[in-house]
Amino acid sequence: MIARHPLVRRLLEALATLLGVAVLVFVMLRAIPGDQVTASLGTEAAALTPAQRAALEAYYGLDQPLPVQFLSWLGAVATGNLGASQRSGESVLQMTASALPITLELAVLSLVIGLVLGLAAAMLSASRPNSARDAAGQAVGLAGLSVPAFLLGSALLALSSRFLGYNPNAEQFAPLATDPWLHLQQLLMPAIVLGFGLAAPIMRTARSALLEVRSQDYVRTARGKGVGPRGLALRHVLPGALVPIVTMTGLQFGYLLGGAVVVEQIFSVPGIGRQVLLGIQQKEYAVVQSTVLVIALTFVLVNLGTDLLYRVIDPRVRE
Amino acid sequence: MRRGMGAVVAASAVLLAACSGGGGAPSGGAAPSGLVVGATSDPDTLYPWKATQFQAVHVLEQLYGTLTELDADLEVVPGLAESWQVSEDGRTITMTLRRGVTFADGSAFDSADVKASLDRIRDEATGAVAAASLASVSGVEAPDPTTVVLTLSGPDAGILAALASVNLAMLPSDATEQALQATPNGTGPFRLTQRTPNQSMALAPNPDFWGGAPEVPSLEFRVIPDETSIVSAMQSGNVDFAVFDDPLVAQSAEGSGLTVTETPQLSYHVLQLNARRAPLDNLDVRLAIQCAIDRQQVLDTAALGEGEVIGPITSPAYRSDPAARPCPQRDVDAARRHLAAAGHAGGLTLSAIVSQGEYATSVNEATNIQAQLGEAGITLNLDVLESGAYVDRWVAADFQAAVALNGGRPDPDGMYGRYFTSTGNLNKVAGYSSPALDALFAQGKATADPEARKAIYQQVSAELENNAAWVWLFTSFTYTATSADVSGFTPMANGSLKHLRETTVGGS
Repeated sequence: MIARHPLVRRLLEALATLLGVAVLVFVMLRAIPGDQVTASLGTEAAALTPAQRAALEAYYGLDQPLPVQFLSWLGAVATGNLGASQRSGESVLQMTASALPITLELAVLSLVIGLVLGLAAAMLSASRPNSARDAAGQAVGLAGLSVPAFLLGSALLALSSRFLGYNPNAEQFAPLATDPWLHLQQLLMPAIVLGFGLAAPIMRTARSALLEVRSQDYVRTARGKGVGPRGLALRHVLPGALVPIVTMTGLQFGYLLGGAVVVEQIFSVPGIGRQVLLGIQQKEYAVVQSTVLVIALTFVLVNLGTDLLYRVIDPRVRE
Repeated sequence: MRRGMGAVVAASAVLLAACSGGGGAPSGGAAPSGLVVGATSDPDTLYPWKATQFQAVHVLEQLYGTLTELDADLEVVPGLAESWQVSEDGRTITMTLRRGVTFADGSAFDSADVKASLDRIRDEATGAVAAASLASVSGVEAPDPTTVVLTLSGPDAGILAALASVNLAMLPSDATEQALQATPNGTGPFRLTQRTPNQSMALAPNPDFWGGAPEVPSLEFRVIPDETSIVSAMQSGNVDFAVFDDPLVAQSAEGSGLTVTETPQLSYHVLQLNARRAPLDNLDVRLAIQCAIDRQQVLDTAALGEGEVIGPITSPAYRSDPAARPCPQRDVDAARRHLAAAGHAGGLTLSAIVSQGEYATSVNEATNIQAQLGEAGITLNLDVLESGAYVDRWVAADFQAAVALNGGRPDPDGMYGRYFTSTGNLNKVAGYSSPALDALFAQGKATADPEARKAIYQQVSAELENNAAWVWLFTSFTYTATSADVSGFTPMANGSLKHLRETTVGGS
């Protein structure tokens, strides 16, 4: 009976999702050939005697059977112990506590930029379908979809460095607490790159939603009452089009976390994306497994949040 | 055609000095600024005896000292040992240490630290990557604080060059690996002041360094994971110095007004052949492959011609003549004749492993070799593998052929002894050994006279080439990029950044 409650059901679904992610990441990591021993020694691993190799494997816990490795990791995670980096000795919890906020900041900034850009382009397009304006708006969408983040990011950085001598990302990363101004500058370029990529799907969704809403009866009524075009767009059309836009934005959050891997690498931002990438490169199993789990959890929470938001903006969902 | 590496290095140094703005530099008495080095990753370990990653080596050679050092020609010069004597029979090396050297924590460096370091490196339980370099050492004695006596089981002329590696750095006798990972404690020209993991390593000059305190007020290795982003950081003036190995990145750096110096490396690109597996156990098949490959073409197509065609030995003093092999130039007819002699007149199919992402040119080299071999009737199938998978198979010698980039060493014995002597720990991977090679390597170790050694290693080189043990292709350049106000740095063929201790920034 209680499991029928939509919120409880959502929570159970979320748990199942997380467990699935845990299993997948664990298996995928081990399907990648090479382990911490070869990752840290490279071809020098060839020179190891069997005894040395066995000692190293025991040190990294690779001598245990896979199910044992999996369950002991999951058991530890359940008690809040995410493991530690074998290289630095730092706990994954500490690493994540410093990296995740940075990526979330980046994500929020990108969302703002993406929404502003995407909605502006959409409103421009939808105001006069099939006009030059529409084409311009659509072009923004197409560019955002087709220019890869690594290209846009590298180009932006190169141009800004070379011609303006401006490159905050070449400085050591400044924590928000110590130097908020530099910190913000360091997040701005990567957020623009991510936001630009995000603007495209938002623009396309918003454009069709706006066009659909414009033809609804209540909008026609408002227009008949003599509401001006600006008031019409902001007070009547946009709120009606919000539901698909919010859905889209929630789903795109996953893209943001994925895109963060690329831009954090290019702009030297020590966020969660770089933590995962480094972990994969160094075959730090605990780091990758736990970090991906945290990312999945973030994504699940954001989607739950999106669900709740529907109830606020669209009375029809509340049944 | 053979260019003296020393000349190249010397020229580079002059070039760098010339470009340091010495002519029109404002001498307003501005305080010299610190040097910021851009690096794509953080050192993966701070324990010198286990460091194989070059980013780690670059940092550790600033922090730690070695008994011997290498000059620009990679000849052995004094380090922490100011002089040494090799006995008549080559079995005893008596070293005299510098006086007054201290570790970063202020404790004195003496013969007890040397003995403890060498003994621990030799102990298998330590897991030191260069333990094999000391295989010939049977005992280390410290009769007084400034004297160390190495007793060898047999003469080992290569050991003095080997001792210059940071993998054989001198550590305090009481230091544990855990302690040094947290707080490095060496005798080097710099000391660690602050570390932000995966972001930055800040170093300060060691005022008591035996070679004189470094010129720069500070040295920072700043992590910028993307090479293109490092170029940008140099253009905006935030980073002063970087080392690249990708010629495309080097070109973009050069195109944007930075000074770029190229230095031929000791490491070499090679097509490894596993001569213990059919059909490569047949000499004619291996020679067919050698004759079918134009090394310059591989270099031109895969690496934009950025590098030099080579024979087996790459270190300046012992360099092999690249033309000294059965097929100095590509000869497809000869390749077909060898194939026919081996009973494969109708052609032959082989497979090679290639790593993807380990270094920039690997896949392009492989596809060019594939095309060239194809024209001689040899079908080469490529197994393109992620670098971890590649290393696994390479280590297990699980391949017929391997497109590889292997590290070089200043001394040919250290470079190839482990591969091509039948007892070498990489002989399985090398896939080739012979009594003749065993005898030559033994002779090389036993000979102290440099000229006589050069003759012996020329024979080693000939033995490898005549039997087409592998097909050596080319050596790449490493590119040192510096901003206009950096001067005094001398690049080295072994990739060492030890000359950062003589480098200056700005109007000094």
